[in-house]
Amino acid sequence: MKILTGNDLKTGAVIWWTGVGWSLDVNESADVGEHGAALVAREEGAQHVVAAYVVDGGKTAEGIRPAHIKERIRALGPTVRLDLTPKASDPAAADWVI
Amino acid sequence: MYKYDEYDQQMVDTRVAEFRDQVRRRLAGDLTEDQFKPLRLQNGLYLQLHAYMLRVAVPYGTLNSAQMTLLGDIADKYDRGYGHFTTRQNIQYNWIKLEDTPDILAELAKVEMHAIQTSGNCIRNISSDQYAGAAADEIVDPRPYAELLRQWSSFHPEFLVLPRKFKIAVIASETDRAAMRLHDIGIKMVKNDAGEIGARFYAGGGMGRTPMIAPLIREFVPLDQLITFSEACLRVYNRYGRRDNKYKARIKILVHELGRDEYVRQVEEEFAHLLTQPIEPPLAELERIKAHFVDPGFDANASDDLDLTDPDFRLWVERNTHAHKQAGYVIATVSLKPVGGIPGDATADQIRLMAKLAKDYSFDELRVTHAQNIVFPHVRKADLYTVWQALDEAGLSTANLDTVGDIIACPGLDYCSLANARSIPVAQKISERFGSAQRQAEIGELKLKISGCINACGHHHAGHIGILGVDKKGLENYQLLFGGSEGADTSLAKIIGPGFTEDGVVDAIEKATEVYLANKQGEERFLDTYRRIGMDPFKEAIYG
Amino acid sequence: MVDVQFRFRDDETVNDPAVTVDSFSEQSNATAVRIEPGDDARDLLPYLDRLSLVEVSFPAWTDGRGYSSARILREAGYRGEMRAVGDLVIDMLHHLRRCGFDAFAPEKALNEEDAQSAFDRWENVYQATVVDGRPAIWAKRHPA
Ligand code: HEM
Ligand code: SF4
Repeated sequence: MKILTGNDLKTGAVIWWTGVGWSLDVNESADVGEHGAALVAREEGAQHVVAAYVVDGGKTAEGIRPAHIKERIRALGPTVRLDLTPKASDPAAADWVI
Repeated sequence: MYKYDEYDQQMVDTRVAEFRDQVRRRLAGDLTEDQFKPLRLQNGLYLQLHAYMLRVAVPYGTLNSAQMTLLGDIADKYDRGYGHFTTRQNIQYNWIKLEDTPDILAELAKVEMHAIQTSGNCIRNISSDQYAGAAADEIVDPRPYAELLRQWSSFHPEFLVLPRKFKIAVIASETDRAAMRLHDIGIKMVKNDAGEIGARFYAGGGMGRTPMIAPLIREFVPLDQLITFSEACLRVYNRYGRRDNKYKARIKILVHELGRDEYVRQVEEEFAHLLTQPIEPPLAELERIKAHFVDPGFDANASDDLDLTDPDFRLWVERNTHAHKQAGYVIATVSLKPVGGIPGDATADQIRLMAKLAKDYSFDELRVTHAQNIVFPHVRKADLYTVWQALDEAGLSTANLDTVGDIIACPGLDYCSLANARSIPVAQKISERFGSAQRQAEIGELKLKISGCINACGHHHAGHIGILGVDKKGLENYQLLFGGSEGADTSLAKIIGPGFTEDGVVDAIEKATEVYLANKQGEERFLDTYRRIGMDPFKEAIYG
Repeated sequence: MVDVQFRFRDDETVNDPAVTVDSFSEQSNATAVRIEPGDDARDLLPYLDRLSLVEVSFPAWTDGRGYSSARILREAGYRGEMRAVGDLVIDMLHHLRRCGFDAFAPEKALNEEDAQSAFDRWENVYQATVVDGRPAIWAKRHPA
């Protein structure tokens, strides 16, 4: 699947396109198919997201995961400070970041 | 230490107002991201892997305790309770909100700090020797010259959109502790035969994808021509540096393509012309600045005795302190490289503690080193044990300066959007593998430097051992380089062979240290043995 | 031709067609020239007295060669109009002024109010560019 990500203009937070809006949770990502470029243009114009781009991803047992390690660390890292990740309280966090 | 006058304060305040206005226009939609990006970069604000990242300048690496305290407070108030000290003597925060940035800059301005020109294609923060003003071997304190250049380069109207970033270092000791010849311009303050102080200029050094050591371009620039000569160097670069390819845009490529002699000829021609323009500040201005850098009130009778009965303290003193020019004092380095820790990171509490110790025991001064550590430049020997105890309680007493545990590492793929591979976990594993103090002592000086990609922010080219992260079909992979150095004997490290996985690279380094220990003669460091016996014995042991 | 949006001169706007630096030396009646980023402004030094308009082109504002071109001509004594043309952004207007530009023809008109505050932004300056006649802060610190 193709998923769309970017950063929140005001806060810089990594966000994922859900089909209707933006979420901090990669698991809520929608498959944007062929519409990535059009969505990037529209959403950047709407002053909500910056530096948006489409990445390859897929559904795994743990949830939706980008294909490349860089986007996985973006979604779930940093790997060296698990206390700062979206699942800080998960004792198994180390296993599912990458 | 330099203190702002009303003009300096006004410049920084004006910049805060300007940036506040730019952020307002961005959030209102009057500026697109493409237009805004170069503007935010000139204020040190990047968009990184997880969020905005703010890089705050620490001019020539010198801080007072009020500034350091605020750096800790900012980490708490606007970030996630920590900061990262960098190889360019700055500090970076990784979790900054755009909407907070104008307020952060306003708070910084109140303690005479800023993020001006810490990024972007302009003259960056000027770096210097972290022992300036304290080292026994310096001919003058380099910082007044760095401050003069700081003011000249701040908002220089002609040089704000250079072909590429531009980094200047100023030193004044025989021992180069600032990697001076790996800068776009390296300046070494020297004395000529007549006993006058002047500046020796090197130009066209740098790391990145094509590392180069800067050639000498002028033996002696008199102090009353320092700015004019710098301006000539920059103008030739601004006009003729390549702009067709961002990877060839640094001044090192210009100097290399023109040849050193032709670059020098053009600079001298421009210099001769600029000498006709009254652009040089009077020497009185340099004197005014120098007055801020006079020695603090050292106690001339301070005792030279040091009680070393505590073995842990003794180890730390041997490893982490350096001779001071004043009897009874030492320069003490706080290692930000605990075993298994993140090189260069410090928590808000640690930052504030170091600030307090500097206030109480180091004449209110601290330094940031390019090896990502913190220095107390002037500690009385009589106070050293007290300082060490306080550091020890806060987890800041690691005794590993310049050893295999004192690793320089860039943020890598954990934070940086340009990265190919993670740097920090590799550093952590190595420091754990070599965690025992005994083992570190046995291996002695070994400078290990890790970059997560070819941009070389972690100085891997200048490591006795360098590690470069690469992307091998979507997987992290690490190349090993040997033989780099950044001191007076600057050399560039060479790749030894095929790359490794994360664990593989740690094993390979262990084998390399074994080869060194087996071949070491007398007092040789790793680097000396490597230079003498060459790469082959190492390759054999590693690749078998 | 793009319009001049800001001008800091009292004389009449020059509207002569600007020719390239290359052809300028051959066209003995030309009075206006257009400098592209790759041109050497010093090629014009022999002809300064017959020039009344220099346009310096900024195809992208991030290409800063035009700043040096302008300052070099001013340092050589050129007094006619120095016009910045092309991709101009508000935040650089002040710095362009300091390098000797006195007319601005942005490709897309700039917000008047924001531009005005940008021109007025810096009450003091660290460097003497000489060509803008402003004293540097160091000169104020050490009055002659
Ligand atoms: C995390 C955000 C960072 C980004 C996006 C970044 C980007 C870059 C880039 C693109 C280069 C290559 C420039 C060139 O060769 O033209 C570079 C070089 C460099 N960076 Fe960074 N960097 C970052 C963080 C750091 C940090 C944390 C440090 C200090 C630890 C640092 C210190 C340096 C140094 C020393 C160089 C080599 C300078 C040279 O080529 O002469 N950077 N950086
Ligand atoms: S070396 Fe590469 S990975 Fe490391 S901080 Fe610099 S740009 Fe990022």
